[in-house]
Amino acid sequence: MKYREAVRAGLREALRSDPRVFLMGEDVGRYGGSYACSLGLLEEFGPERVRDTPLCESTFVGAGIGAALGGLRPIVEVMTVNFSLLALDQIVNIAAALRHMSAGQFGVPLVIRMATGAGRQVAAQHSHSFEGWYAHIPGIKVASPATVADARGMLLAALREPDPTVIFEHALLYPMEGGPLPDGAAVDLRSAAVRREGRDVSLLAFGGSLWKALAAAETLSRDGVEAEVVDLRVLRPLDDATILASVRKTRRAVVVDEGWRSFGLSAEIAARIMERAFHELEAPVARVCGAEAPVPYPKHLEDAALPQPDSIAAAALATIGRSPALAHG
Amino acid sequence: MTPSPAADFLRRMLRIRIFERKAAELYSAGKIRGFLHLYDGQEAIAVGSFRALRPEDAVVANYREHAHAIERGVAPRRVMAELLGKTSGVSRGRGGSMHLFDAATHFYGGFAIVAEGLPVAAGLALARRMTRQPGLVACYFGDGATDEGEFHETMNLAALWNLPLLFLCENNFYAMGTALSRRQARTDIALKAGAYGMPAEAVDGQDVFAVAEATRRAAEAVRRGEGPRFIEFRTYRFRAHSMYDPELYRSREEVEKARVRDPIALLAGRLRRGGTLDDAAYAAMEREVEAEVDEAANFAAGEPVESVEDLLKDVVGGRPS
Amino acid sequence: MAEFKMPSLGADMAEGVLLGWLKKPGDAVRKGEIIAEVETDKGVIQVESFAAGTIDRLLVEPGTATPVGAPLAIIREDGGGGAKPAPAKPAVPPSARRPAADQGEKSDRMRRAIAASMEHSKREIPHYYVSETIDMKAAMDWLSEHNAALPVAERLIYGALLLKGVALALRDYPELNASWKDGRAVLFPSIHVGAAIALRPSGLVAPALKNADKQSLSELMLNFKGLVERAKSESLRASELSDATVTVTSLGERGAESAFAVIVPPQSAIVGFGRIIEKPWVVDGHVVARPLVTATLAGDHRVSDAHRGGLFLRAVSRLLRNPAAL
Repeated sequence: MKYREAVRAGLREALRSDPRVFLMGEDVGRYGGSYACSLGLLEEFGPERVRDTPLCESTFVGAGIGAALGGLRPIVEVMTVNFSLLALDQIVNIAAALRHMSAGQFGVPLVIRMATGAGRQVAAQHSHSFEGWYAHIPGIKVASPATVADARGMLLAALREPDPTVIFEHALLYPMEGGPLPDGAAVDLRSAAVRREGRDVSLLAFGGSLWKALAAAETLSRDGVEAEVVDLRVLRPLDDATILASVRKTRRAVVVDEGWRSFGLSAEIAARIMERAFHELEAPVARVCGAEAPVPYPKHLEDAALPQPDSIAAAALATIGRSPALAHG
Repeated sequence: MTPSPAADFLRRMLRIRIFERKAAELYSAGKIRGFLHLYDGQEAIAVGSFRALRPEDAVVANYREHAHAIERGVAPRRVMAELLGKTSGVSRGRGGSMHLFDAATHFYGGFAIVAEGLPVAAGLALARRMTRQPGLVACYFGDGATDEGEFHETMNLAALWNLPLLFLCENNFYAMGTALSRRQARTDIALKAGAYGMPAEAVDGQDVFAVAEATRRAAEAVRRGEGPRFIEFRTYRFRAHSMYDPELYRSREEVEKARVRDPIALLAGRLRRGGTLDDAAYAAMEREVEAEVDEAANFAAGEPVESVEDLLKDVVGGRPS
Repeated sequence: MAEFKMPSLGADMAEGVLLGWLKKPGDAVRKGEIIAEVETDKGVIQVESFAAGTIDRLLVEPGTATPVGAPLAIIREDGGGGAKPAPAKPAVPPSARRPAADQGEKSDRMRRAIAASMEHSKREIPHYYVSETIDMKAAMDWLSEHNAALPVAERLIYGALLLKGVALALRDYPELNASWKDGRAVLFPSIHVGAAIALRPSGLVAPALKNADKQSLSELMLNFKGLVERAKSESLRASELSDATVTVTSLGERGAESAFAVIVPPQSAIVGFGRIIEKPWVVDGHVVARPLVTATLAGDHRVSDAHRGGLFLRAVSRLLRNPAAL
């Protein structure tokens, strides 16, 4: 099953099992979803529950908030994270703040899905990774499913949350073949997952970068370095326990984030490791992040701007005092 | 004895005026901090329009919403306690003047970024329709909101989806210090609703009867399933945008001229001429309302503030539902 | 008895200056009535009483900086229940209702402030004077053509051209946009032109048109009008009154032929314009009637010299003779 089919399976299950659920966004209906995640759902559930909206991100996200307050369980698709910038007031100032600001009277059980990430040569305005920005905000939950099981399962889990959940689906993952879906095993929105065990260094990654980290681990393994790969999965609340357990075991960590390095998610994770496992580290925490520039269009420049298996492997080797050249030599 | 509707209007407007005068006093004394946006001059709109609403309706308002909360039925003492940041405040004191929320009366008062409440109102209306719940959503906002994109987007969405939504624009002709005529190429706000195919009218917001009647008619149309309606109430704010500003953007003469149409004085004058109000009755009403407001202020002053230990409470909800 | 205290007019306000009383002992006060004016960093704010009764005593003199919460007056409260019906007609604007004595007192204060500043200027600053007659025909022609297409509210007056001409010329003569401080000339980084505005019955302010050299003529006009309005309603901001780096005084249509003015410290130059008069003028060897204006410069000789001052006036003249470039 492909990732986009897993998302669709999750949407279909949710729409079938809970009459309060509806899907709303640009081109989710007749077009079938910009990434074909909702293909066929309009026919099955009708235009009330698979609702095409005008091009007004701020207003349809706000309407999602209102509908959630009114007793529904809306799933709002903001085509991509890039467009979500137009809806930030609604997300930050209302959805995230309302429960606290109303002293617990009003929660906003809203699910916002959006595609994220670079790698498709769509240039500077359509290649952002703002997971770190969203994870900065108290009051919301941020999920980043990297596998087909999570693509379906985290959506269903998000619909059970009493608070707004933002789900980031990396655009490169949609066509990824991920094998059959496991039987209805519940997925939670609390924990990270160790995707590969290892003893020498922890690679902490999420979303599209998870697969690059796993590829790097494969390379490292050929050089005799056993990397542990942690899929962060949930960026807020961050699963400190799993991260720290892995780092305490390997004593070395590389954080991978497609987003920009400065003031970003990787800085937060590195700081948490420093605060709680400083004396157990053998090397400074390393980071592999997006280059500090708008993402350019040409393929070779875009590749260079993003974390890649090679750069992740090189950073991992550096934490154990080896250079890539020596590793291959 | 049940008071006449007119006497009831007068008393309600007076209550808001005197409540807010007390709030200004407490602000001047440093007891209320932050922003404090007063409604002085606009009372007829809240008082008149709320008569057309029913308990099942939802109300969305902005940051100038003390009057709306009180007219919705929130006890003045709970609003005053909120202004003072006390736990018996309507939002446990966490919101202050700009964030009055009350689940019991479906009151979503305090959306304090201009125009951001409109999309939420559309969503509440959508939920009412999709779940076939009765009731409409009354959405209050100022002329400033009509500058914003969200206003136009929500007007479009409401009309496109035929939502049970009542748009109530309180046009006091200023967004903070910038006059409507300095912000909009066409200043006739009600006309803008026409662009979205929505019936709309402009109403004298200083005449509480006109407000009540227009809102009643519009609300009935919305309840009949005819889709959204739009009313522009033309009004004036006598005080500063927020406590305090030196009002460099308008002349004292302009304010004094507007004060001639003080909604309270207009109604009191009308009742006097009709022989149903005299000085003694007015003074008695004022005394009663002052006593009610004093009681609210005294109550609020004596209430506790929230414990610092609860700072992080309700950032997120409990377990998944 | 109730105390009327210096109100907190904003979270960042620690003290305010009581500018004036609109009431005197023995006057009745209603709840919500404006009884004083207080200056804060934001400007002049009218302050209301929350007690009703009679003014018993005023405790603070106008002009006094007073901390928030300090008592300013004592109000003798009515017996509580004596509330009067809200007035059907509006309260009279305080500015109109202000007693004559109070108005006079305000005016006296301003006179004293002007006296102190001018005394200081003439004692400390060695003034030199130069003057230049400027042919205003091109400017007046350009103005009438420019204004013909505009609604009345947007039309320019020639004063705007004078202000802009001075501001632009100053760019090349920075020593005239400077101050003598601690034994040396200090150049101001921006050109904020103070426009002298006469106030009735007696008084003068010169609030700043900030960055006047960078403003378009219509911006300058709009801002100048705003300053005049606020000067008349006594609501100028303190910063507007103190930020000017040079002053222009224009005597206008009913003034004298030329104005030799006194520099406003800490500035080092003031430009005066007389009224525009039609006079014989030689153009291309022929005597013709032309609208002429006399521009004078008073400069601080510690900072600049008359030669440079004269060149500066010539530059102003050149600019005014080519108004389209302003």
